[in-house]
Amino acid sequence: MKKVKSLADLKKMKEQFQSNINLREKSEHPEGLVQVKVAMATCGIASGAKDVMDFMITNLEKRNIDAIVTQTGCMGYCYAEPTIEIRLPGQDPVVYGYVDVKKADEIIEKHIRQGELVDGIIPINYETI
Amino acid sequence: MHILVCGGTGCHASSSNLLLENLKEQVDENELSGEVQVIATGCFGFCEKGPIVKMVPDNTFYTQVKPADATEIIQEHAIKGRQVTRLLYKDPVNKETISDSRKMGFYKKQIRIALRNCGLINPENIDEYIAADGYIALGTVLSGMTAEQATKVMIDSGLRGRGGGGFPTGIKWDIARKVEADQKYVVCNADEGDPGAFMDRSILEGDPHSVIEAMIINGYCIGADHGLVYIRAEYPLAIERLKIALNQAREYGLLGKDILGSGFNFEIEIRYGAGAFVCGEETALIHSMEGHRGEPTFKPPFPAQSGYLGKPTNVNNVETFANIPVIFNKGAEWFASIGTEKSKGTKVFALAGKINNVGLIEVPMGTTLREVIFEIGGGIKDGKKFKAVQTGGPSGGCLTEKHLDTPIDFDNLLASGSMMGSGGMIVMDEDDCMVSVARFYLDFTVEESCGKCTPCRVGNKRLYEILDTISKGKGTHKDLDKLRNLGDVIKDTSLCGLGQTSPNPVLSTMDNFWDEYIAHIEDHRCPAGQCKELIHYTVVEENCVGCTACARNCPVNCIAGERKEIHFIDQSICIKCGACLEKCKFNAISVS
Amino acid sequence: MGKLKVKIDNKLIEVEQGTTILEAAKKLSVEIPTLCYMNLGDMNIEHKPGGCRICVVEVEGRRNLAPSCATDCHDGMEVKTHSIRVLNARRTVLELMLSDHPFDCLICAKSGNCDLQSTAIKLGIREIQYQGEKSTYKPDLSPAILRDMDKCIMCRRCEKMCNEVQTVGVLSGIYRGFEAVVAPAFERDLDHSECTYCGQCVAVCPTAALTEVDHTNQVLRALADPSKTVVVQTAPAVRAALGEEFGMEPGTLVTGKMVAALRQLEFDYVFDTDFAADLTIMEEGAEILGRLNRHLSGDKSVKLPILTSCCPGWVSFFEHHFTDLLDVPSTARSPQQMFGAIAKTYFADKIQKNRKDIVVVSIMPCVAKKYECTREEFSVDGNPDVDFSISTRELANLIKRANIDFNKLPDEEFDAPMGESTGAGVIFGTTGGVIEAATRSAYEMHTGKTLEKVDFDQLRGWEGIRQATVDFDGFQLKIGIAHGLGNARKLLDDVRSGKSEFHAIEIMACPGGCIGGGGQPLHHGNSAILKARQKAIYREDANKPLRKSHENPSIIKLYEEFLGKPLGEKAHKLLHTKYFRRGNIICIEPDVREAESI
Repeated sequence: MKKVKSLADLKKMKEQFQSNINLREKSEHPEGLVQVKVAMATCGIASGAKDVMDFMITNLEKRNIDAIVTQTGCMGYCYAEPTIEIRLPGQDPVVYGYVDVKKADEIIEKHIRQGELVDGIIPINYETI
Repeated sequence: MHILVCGGTGCHASSSNLLLENLKEQVDENELSGEVQVIATGCFGFCEKGPIVKMVPDNTFYTQVKPADATEIIQEHAIKGRQVTRLLYKDPVNKETISDSRKMGFYKKQIRIALRNCGLINPENIDEYIAADGYIALGTVLSGMTAEQATKVMIDSGLRGRGGGGFPTGIKWDIARKVEADQKYVVCNADEGDPGAFMDRSILEGDPHSVIEAMIINGYCIGADHGLVYIRAEYPLAIERLKIALNQAREYGLLGKDILGSGFNFEIEIRYGAGAFVCGEETALIHSMEGHRGEPTFKPPFPAQSGYLGKPTNVNNVETFANIPVIFNKGAEWFASIGTEKSKGTKVFALAGKINNVGLIEVPMGTTLREVIFEIGGGIKDGKKFKAVQTGGPSGGCLTEKHLDTPIDFDNLLASGSMMGSGGMIVMDEDDCMVSVARFYLDFTVEESCGKCTPCRVGNKRLYEILDTISKGKGTHKDLDKLRNLGDVIKDTSLCGLGQTSPNPVLSTMDNFWDEYIAHIEDHRCPAGQCKELIHYTVVEENCVGCTACARNCPVNCIAGERKEIHFIDQSICIKCGACLEKCKFNAISVS
Repeated sequence: MGKLKVKIDNKLIEVEQGTTILEAAKKLSVEIPTLCYMNLGDMNIEHKPGGCRICVVEVEGRRNLAPSCATDCHDGMEVKTHSIRVLNARRTVLELMLSDHPFDCLICAKSGNCDLQSTAIKLGIREIQYQGEKSTYKPDLSPAILRDMDKCIMCRRCEKMCNEVQTVGVLSGIYRGFEAVVAPAFERDLDHSECTYCGQCVAVCPTAALTEVDHTNQVLRALADPSKTVVVQTAPAVRAALGEEFGMEPGTLVTGKMVAALRQLEFDYVFDTDFAADLTIMEEGAEILGRLNRHLSGDKSVKLPILTSCCPGWVSFFEHHFTDLLDVPSTARSPQQMFGAIAKTYFADKIQKNRKDIVVVSIMPCVAKKYECTREEFSVDGNPDVDFSISTRELANLIKRANIDFNKLPDEEFDAPMGESTGAGVIFGTTGGVIEAATRSAYEMHTGKTLEKVDFDQLRGWEGIRQATVDFDGFQLKIGIAHGLGNARKLLDDVRSGKSEFHAIEIMACPGGCIGGGGQPLHHGNSAILKARQKAIYREDANKPLRKSHENPSIIKLYEEFLGKPLGEKAHKLLHTKYFRRGNIICIEPDVREAESI
């Protein structure tokens, strides 16, 4: 991996990484990527987030859905762990709480496949700077 | 179209379940099921104006919706595409109606600065951190600012330490910067120990690079080339993510020699703590890192003068560090514009206890307890009555109804007899006995005192014992005098912050819930029905049908009675587990 | 830096920057009570952990009370040392301390000599309001030191001595909160630790948490047994301190009264360890010269420097910490053990007794001596050369129990032959004394000339590490001296790394040497007492007609009649020893307390 030599280098990298992420976030193509984030902090993992994440990775692939599953930190909804965020191309993200494997299956089939929201949405109640 | 109906406890209590059914019915009746979906969601956190209904994708936000409003919402909004104006949220200040939830004041109640990347980026991928402005602040500082200028930014921002003390971070840096020494250290205090507080862990798990970046900036400002993270070994995931982040930063040359071509060197190593609460105190932390017993020593000398290995050392906690890159990216003025006059920025709180939305929240300083508990936190569980909120962990005090509208900041909490601490917030309802609460916290401090000074070592033990006596109904009025005197002396004479604050839970509950103490002493009664020694389960004879459910479930076989006859509880054997009460379907068991 | 103006209890004083409130108050004759604080200024030992909180005072403008021992004065400071707030706090803190302390003052070993007790008296405590659970720990009975941690008040003075002064590192705080206590790691017994039994922890303990193991009853039983001949030896430092136990000024010499008291206690023979000290010089001096000469003549198998070996705490220390240097110290036994070996052979023959019928008791300023006499190599068929070693304090107690009015005793002389000694034997009791005694004899043996001036002032003093060069008729003998094991460690580290240039080094485990031993009357943190004792030792030396060990007629006779020559075969068997590689003891056993609770 090459070293970052200066602030200018760093800014260039930032542009590049940001556009990468934006590309997959704001994909113009209808077949664009689905982004799934699983909150994998201690609270999430303790409530079963690992199983959900594994399920998501294997099943999205199995069902031929072009998606990226990533882990992320604590979203703050510890009462409703495990929580996952689904972002369909061009849409606002939706967070689900109390996700188990069964729920994850429902989310894949209904939300990701058909764009239908399912029960258990947690409204995002904060603003990130 | 999706119709989101809040299914949180608060809204549920206001019949949101009926509303949900009515909406579904209407959808079916109008044969809209192909286009409109009605979905129950979690709490919107705006229970005060519940039940809440949100229309997606146009984000129309209806408040205080009654089951009868279902028809109108479907007819007008879903079919005709017209908003139901009377159900829209009215801004309490300018009385304007706001339809888009994203423009509502409520949604600005939480601002995530320290937690900005938690839940947003993959903590194990430095590229995502860089994409989110990561290390830009470091680059800016290293390539265009002197140590003095950068420190000035910190002073101007007004950031105060988030670990509990609330000391201005910039001034702390400035003191360490001005001390001359051949070697200085930067220490990140990740020894989060307040029961129920886990914001530091979450930051390290969700955004470790922000802490690393801030530590390097800190090193540059005070002239240190070595940083240490003191983290408790019980945080394995945080440790693992931090290690990954450190390696990635090293690979990118953001850590190590000649960072970003500036000639500045900085290295960070991890030191493990064994989970002693007192090691959150900076002198105890330093001793622990040096391989000694984790005990505080007298200040002065302050760590800025003589810290790790006798060298000037700046200690800040995780949350404090997490704020710092943003301050450099957005400017000190921007940061100082958030919060109150003397407490700038935001604070992360770990909401716990009898509250619906247990979790981590981040609000600007100056937010009231009411907003935190009832709006963000979704109110009290099971619709019970709010009784008190404990802030500042075992060092803090219990605040009551009368403090609910106090804006939260360092000074206001202190003035109300509690403190900010590291941001634990435990909410209690009418079923919580305040004597037990005080006893619980004392139990913690007795366990966690290092034992070095007499008042903390023995005094807290005695406080605990007196509280225990009172909770068993065996206390006397003299015990109350003893609690007061002992509490005052412990605060007045203890060596470190642990002992100087440990009587706060006792003293504040005595101040605010005197009647409860008196009830335990004079009436041998626990008003909240929580103190086991003071409650009795008895059979209400007129309700008992002799079903034997209670007798069958009693773990100690203390309930006697034949089938279809009135049962009887033998008080001398009863262990007050409450199983009988739980199993009885006829309201035939009472607690007194 | 200018002076600071400070007002304490409405009295003004000017002090230097860096003066604590406690020190400033002392200058105004305001005696703030302290417990954990300890200052042995002459030895550079200051302990102010700020833990007991007894010395708290009110400082104008300060939120909470300040510990006066650890708070520096600042200009314009106003201090109240006995406001109602302070008195209440101080009293409450002391009550708390007492509430976790056994109430057995009537039968406690330290009663009347206990800092906690005297503080309670000073503060007028008549009631303990805060009662509750008391912490209990398993008692730990080692060969020399008794740990009764129920009486520990966590002043941590012992820890200071063990870790920082002695660098032995056995005692430290363990457990937390109410259970916190000072103990060896994992709450092991001292016996299973690297403890040297130097006894400095005992010397500074304010309560009876750390005391010497009491052997007075065994001694009384031996004295009462008609079948036993009981022989007593008294170490040099005892006579310079025993008087303090009977209200005499520190530094009063009580040699004659001590002998008289021992006779009244009905010891059959009252002898002097100083005799054995002279004997030690004969052996050690010969050994020094032998090693020196061989070394100088190019024999590389001989190591220099040679280290003294008369201090049992020091011997344990190097057996644990410097196992690679076991061939460096002299092989000469300590005077106590040389005495025992001679008493049970040479002297036993003289009085025609079997060694089993002789009981040798030693009066020592030391607690490590109790351990030393239990070492296996110092016994024959299970019969120890020295049966019991009791401390100066224990002797004082025996004298009191026997209804003897010590102050009114006449001066009496030691018995012959093992009571005869020279000034060289006496100065064994202070730091620098052993090497000075050795130098006196070695000089004459080496040069064949008579030493004109026997006082070697360059070897005397208080500094923890001293060095001097003595002219041996052209040959410059380089001597090093250390007292306190921490200082010893520094010299030993130099020896280990080959940096040491000394030919001979004297080491004593206790600060000040035996006069500051763990078995001496308690100094309660007053180092002036130790200085007075040292002066008395040198006074006793100066008053002796003979000042060089090899001139002691009884010693000369002993060699003629019995031993032959120094380092001879018999001398080697009876007067020399070997050392054991003890190393760092790490015991990994299941926790005893847990095992008991199962």
